[in-house]
Amino acid sequence: MGITFRLAWRNLWRHPRRTWLTISAMIFSNAVLVFMMSLQLGTYELMIGNTLQFLTGHMQVQAPGFKDDMKMRQVVNDIDALAETLRDQLKLEDITPRSSGFALLSSDSRSYGAQILGVDPEYERRVSIIPSLVKQGRFLDTREAPEIVIGEVLARNLKADLGDEVTLLGSGRDGSFAAAVATVVGIFHSGITDLDRGIAEVPIGFFDDVFYMQGAGHSVVLITPGFWMIEPYKVRVEELIEDDVVVHDWDALQPGLKQAIQADLSGAMIIYTVLVILVAFSVMNTQLMSVLERTHEFGVVMSLGVKPARLGWLVILETTLMGLGGLCLGAAAGGLITLWFSYNGFSFPGMDQMAAQFNLPQRFFPQVTLLSLCLGPTIVFIGSLLSSGYPALRLFWLRPVEAMRTV
Amino acid sequence: MTAIRCINVCKTYHQGRDEIKALDHVDLAIDEGAFVCVSAPSGGGKTTLLNAIGGLDMPDSGEVWIGDTRIDQLNKGELAELRLRHIGFVFQAYNLIPVLTARENVEFVMEVRGVPSVERQKKSREILQEVGLEDLEGRRPAEMSGGQQQRVAVARAIVTDPSLVLADEPTANLDSKTSEGLMDLFAKLNKDHGTTFVISTHDRRVMAHARRLVKMLDGCIVEDIRQKGT
Ligand SMILES: Nc1ncnc2c1ncn2[C@@H]1O[C@H](COP(=O)(O)OP(=O)(O)O)[C@@H](O)[C@H]1O
Ligand SMILES: [Mg+2]
Repeated sequence: MGITFRLAWRNLWRHPRRTWLTISAMIFSNAVLVFMMSLQLGTYELMIGNTLQFLTGHMQVQAPGFKDDMKMRQVVNDIDALAETLRDQLKLEDITPRSSGFALLSSDSRSYGAQILGVDPEYERRVSIIPSLVKQGRFLDTREAPEIVIGEVLARNLKADLGDEVTLLGSGRDGSFAAAVATVVGIFHSGITDLDRGIAEVPIGFFDDVFYMQGAGHSVVLITPGFWMIEPYKVRVEELIEDDVVVHDWDALQPGLKQAIQADLSGAMIIYTVLVILVAFSVMNTQLMSVLERTHEFGVVMSLGVKPARLGWLVILETTLMGLGGLCLGAAAGGLITLWFSYNGFSFPGMDQMAAQFNLPQRFFPQVTLLSLCLGPTIVFIGSLLSSGYPALRLFWLRPVEAMRTV
Repeated sequence: MTAIRCINVCKTYHQGRDEIKALDHVDLAIDEGAFVCVSAPSGGGKTTLLNAIGGLDMPDSGEVWIGDTRIDQLNKGELAELRLRHIGFVFQAYNLIPVLTARENVEFVMEVRGVPSVERQKKSREILQEVGLEDLEGRRPAEMSGGQQQRVAVARAIVTDPSLVLADEPTANLDSKTSEGLMDLFAKLNKDHGTTFVISTHDRRVMAHARRLVKMLDGCIVEDIRQKGT
């Protein structure tokens, strides 16, 4: 590596300005890539996390048609037993049964329709953040008591306060008339209008009584230990459940989410690709010039018996050195910029729209991750190496006698 | 023993509609350890002949032998290998790598040949001393005179102990005193190492050093003089 390495290094500094320009292009694009990817990946993670953490979870076991047509009679039988089996078999505690129905809620003065969820207070806390969002009163704490927790907007609409009684009117699993009275013990504030206006939670045992569920429920909600483990867990769950029920992952339960991400990603991909191609061409241009101006020199050393492959390797080595410089400096620059924004926050025009739709904060705090730090710069590096392949390959067509005739 | 043998070698260049016979049925045999000058006026075919002998360019017809190897039938890779292992080249000018120092220029060829680093350093020092440049080993070509650069080129050519050194008008860019010095160096290396030298020139003072003088004109050998006592 001795002389060849020194030769490559010094060749770069024959034209310091040209070399720096090329490296600068790499640094710039790498920094942009690191920042944008940090922002983007961070946004997606938040979008997914924020959306799923309220109710959806990572996956749910349901009756086959329930997802698209939430009819009360599409039930999962013996839902507690199923939840327990899954907890046992998967060695996973973050699994909760849930029932769901629509009812008219009436206070002394007003009536509003809402989705009533029957939840198991102990396990619901592990799967959903709604219990932790109760701002007044408390969350449910038994499986049987005639108590209810409602969203803030719903409470306001009903003019219901803690301790007030509300009446539930709906139809039960068998289509019969269902009615009950429950005491408001808690009011939650999620910040998401749909939830705050339209959701009420009651203990699952109470729900069972009111709606004649007879031990059945509508979904078993699971949260896996990590986002990347959803798929293997889903496969396990599929093995464990009977034929009369199915498991849907978050992607099926929230189809808009993945689509939004994919649309955003493909838009960004175009920008990224253009950036990488621009850098690749700038590298190719630099290396082509540097090979052309050394034609005589290469002719001489080839006359001495140095093979084109050796000189091609030299050109690649020179590119590698530039590329490594661009990689390190660019990733560092991008990392620092991202780090600054991760403390000071970042927002861009049009972001509020997406923010509102996917429960994101208005100011965004991107996080530097290994993936966002390495992915872009690595692609730029590889692109640069590939694009120096052409100047390097040209050497194989160089004939020493002709090369030496050029000055 | 014969080091080089050219049999009926022809090379024709086409320039527009003109045909230029750069080598016209050349027959030449050069013994091992010889010290030969090829002289011709400019355009006489010196470079073409040396390139054919060195495997840099293919003749159109005829045979070129280096030792027992017929080289006009070798492929590019084999020719490169032949040049790397057995032939040293010195060209007219600008034939050093500008970003490497004198010693690194010498070492580069050795590195390509796979000589280990310790041996490279030892040999390059020895050889630079032999050509009288031990004090300038750290200089780059731009910091040396033409004569000094040519000495480095010579050092680079002989450091691999080639059996044959081909020098194409090595003194063309040098003043007469420096030329004399370089020719003396060639003669000394020829004597000490037994290396065969073929030097092309159109400078009479250079020809005077040769033990054998091959005169060419328009691609033909017109005279082959063996001088004595030099
Ligand atoms: N690549 C080439 N294309 C066309 N003609 C050439 C080429 N190389 C050499 N020649 C011609 O061949 C003849 C011999 O050239 P050369 O061997 O370079 O002569 P010398 O080295 O003695 O000056 C000259 O007439 C020259 O113009
Ligand atoms: Mg010539």
